[in-house]
Amino acid sequence: MITRRTFLVTGALGAAALAAGGGVTLLRHKGAARAEAMDGDARTVVEAIVPAMLGDALPADPDLRGAAVGETVDGVARAMAGLPPAARKELHQLFGLLAFAPTRLAFAGVASPWQSAPAADVEAFLARWRDSRWSLKKSAYDALHQLIYAAWYANPRSWPAIGYPGPPKLFA
Amino acid sequence: MSAAQIIDPIRAGIASGWDVVDASTLDNDLVIDADVAIVGSGAGGGTAAEIFALAGLTVALVEEGPLRSSTDFRMRESDAYAELYQESAARKTRDKAINILQGRCVGGGTTVNWTSSFRTPPATLAYWERTKRLVGFNVEAMAPWFEQMEARLGIAPWDVAPNANNAALARGGAALGIATAAIRRNVRGCWNLGYCGTGCPTNAKQSMLVTTLPAALARGAKLVTRTRAQRLVVTADRISALECAALDTSGTTATTRRITVRARSYVAAGGAINTPALLLRSAVPDPHGLVGKRTFLHPTIVSAAIMPERIDGFAGAPQTIYSDQFLETPPDGPMGFKLEAPPIHPILAAITLPGHGDAHGHWMRRLPNLHVQIALLRDGFHEQSPGGVVQLGDDGAPVLDYPLTPYVWDGARRALRTMADLQFAAGATAVMPIHGQGAAFGNIGAARAAIDNFTLAPLTTPVVSAHVMGGCPLGTDATRTVVDVGGRYHHLANLYVMDGSLFPTSIGANPQLSIYALVARLASALAPTLRSSG
Repeated sequence: MITRRTFLVTGALGAAALAAGGGVTLLRHKGAARAEAMDGDARTVVEAIVPAMLGDALPADPDLRGAAVGETVDGVARAMAGLPPAARKELHQLFGLLAFAPTRLAFAGVASPWQSAPAADVEAFLARWRDSRWSLKKSAYDALHQLIYAAWYANPRSWPAIGYPGPPKLFA
Repeated sequence: MSAAQIIDPIRAGIASGWDVVDASTLDNDLVIDADVAIVGSGAGGGTAAEIFALAGLTVALVEEGPLRSSTDFRMRESDAYAELYQESAARKTRDKAINILQGRCVGGGTTVNWTSSFRTPPATLAYWERTKRLVGFNVEAMAPWFEQMEARLGIAPWDVAPNANNAALARGGAALGIATAAIRRNVRGCWNLGYCGTGCPTNAKQSMLVTTLPAALARGAKLVTRTRAQRLVVTADRISALECAALDTSGTTATTRRITVRARSYVAAGGAINTPALLLRSAVPDPHGLVGKRTFLHPTIVSAAIMPERIDGFAGAPQTIYSDQFLETPPDGPMGFKLEAPPIHPILAAITLPGHGDAHGHWMRRLPNLHVQIALLRDGFHEQSPGGVVQLGDDGAPVLDYPLTPYVWDGARRALRTMADLQFAAGATAVMPIHGQGAAFGNIGAARAAIDNFTLAPLTTPVVSAHVMGGCPLGTDATRTVVDVGGRYHHLANLYVMDGSLFPTSIGANPQLSIYALVARLASALAPTLRSSG
């Protein structure tokens, strides 16, 4: 039987990460222990990526912006909970890789911890993964793209700016 | 009519005593005896269930997804994708290069499809007869079955004016001499809301959910939801049981409860990814290794455009205009494609538009002016288009390996060119062929030059699919096909396949009506024989 675990475990990225410091074992252990929810480390990663992904789709007002980012991260967590175990596991591995400082630096090319990473660095990371020749990075970018955009545009807060009136009100 | 007057046939039926079990609520294991066990409640399973139930057979239907009905359908993409679609509408091929939209709920794809209703194109039937030696399934032989299911499901010309997104396709076609026509739809009393894809809130769409399934349930059929068919138990030359796991309310994880169905006959109707996967997990005899091979997707390429006028592609019936001008290429020629205009809702638009940051936001803010066309590539008709292969992941879940070959990309490039032509001809001020970072072009010359030089590749050029077909093809030759012309698995006495897996190639049109008609024919022929065996 073939395995679907294309992130880390069987992929070239996994071999490289393993060589980079044995962090994968640690991360897999953490992932297994918190199989159902997005853990704090993953949340920190997504919180940093959301503004770079959404750009000026996010409100400029700092309070509204903070709430919008938080709600988007919540939406990503909800979406992950609804995915099949194999896909969830891959995302845990991806977030594990991004959260672990040596692999964050080596593969995402982000020098600072996510909490303090300059916006330009995060944007540059996204662009590199989008344009990467490495299919694992491209598919990871696609996964982040799909999760974050689906979470933000599920939120009625996002609708006025794009001229979407919301569903017809049959059920007022 | 107002919302308060919408009668929910499912809630009413349950109140009247239908035998419906949500397996996530089971406190004990369940054993069910029936004449016929049907795995899947979509186009194939729903059609078969009604025919068998009306023939007096006891029917047990097993559905992996939840039972949701009009009262639950609030036209919210986020709710619908999570609840009603396989893998939250993010099912992917093995290399993750194709995103597959497939239903997973009672009614299957018919609960969430966009109502496009086409008979199997005559060229497709002729190709099957000539190349696949599938005799007796030509236009004349199939006509009565199409007529029967069209009458059953209200399939008729849609006389309402198309929404602006579809009108733009027709206008571009008229300007360029590219023929377009209206799509027939399976609706009765449609409100023209535009939310077919999130579950019809008014029960106008004549999905399995409001037609054949209620008819079967009213005749005593049993429906068990949130139940994953894990394995058919092979005993000598027969299936002796169907073993299933109950899922929890998340819909993704099995509980410890097990459901066993003991039936005289078994029908696999889980769709063209899950049916082959069930057969593979069951290790049914497959001496020629055919199960799950030649699986087709209508790989679909997208082109977005900005129009000067409002389009509001989220409103009004989706997909009411099509063009087959480029569909029926010679079998030894390049890949043909069908053109349609899909619904444009925020999540679908946002995940389809490439790139990120301000550039992505810029296009999203023009959502009301967005005009989108899609090209569905007709796969499976050429030796360089063998489709994909259904495999099993290490957890037993299906994975479709679908290599995107240079032959497919050639079709994609021609489709992107044609869609850009049509969109500019319809008045677009900018066209974004969905590819790479999402470059947009202000005139046809620039667009064509760019498209000709695009490096089309997996994960660089987004490809989607809403039609999964093949993997258990129908035919007489057991060395080349999986089931006989009666739908029976070649190597087992009481196992049948009745869904989109039966097709030897893709259909070249939205497949729902092809599934309805073929399954109606197979199930109608089979029902009396099953009855007499009891």
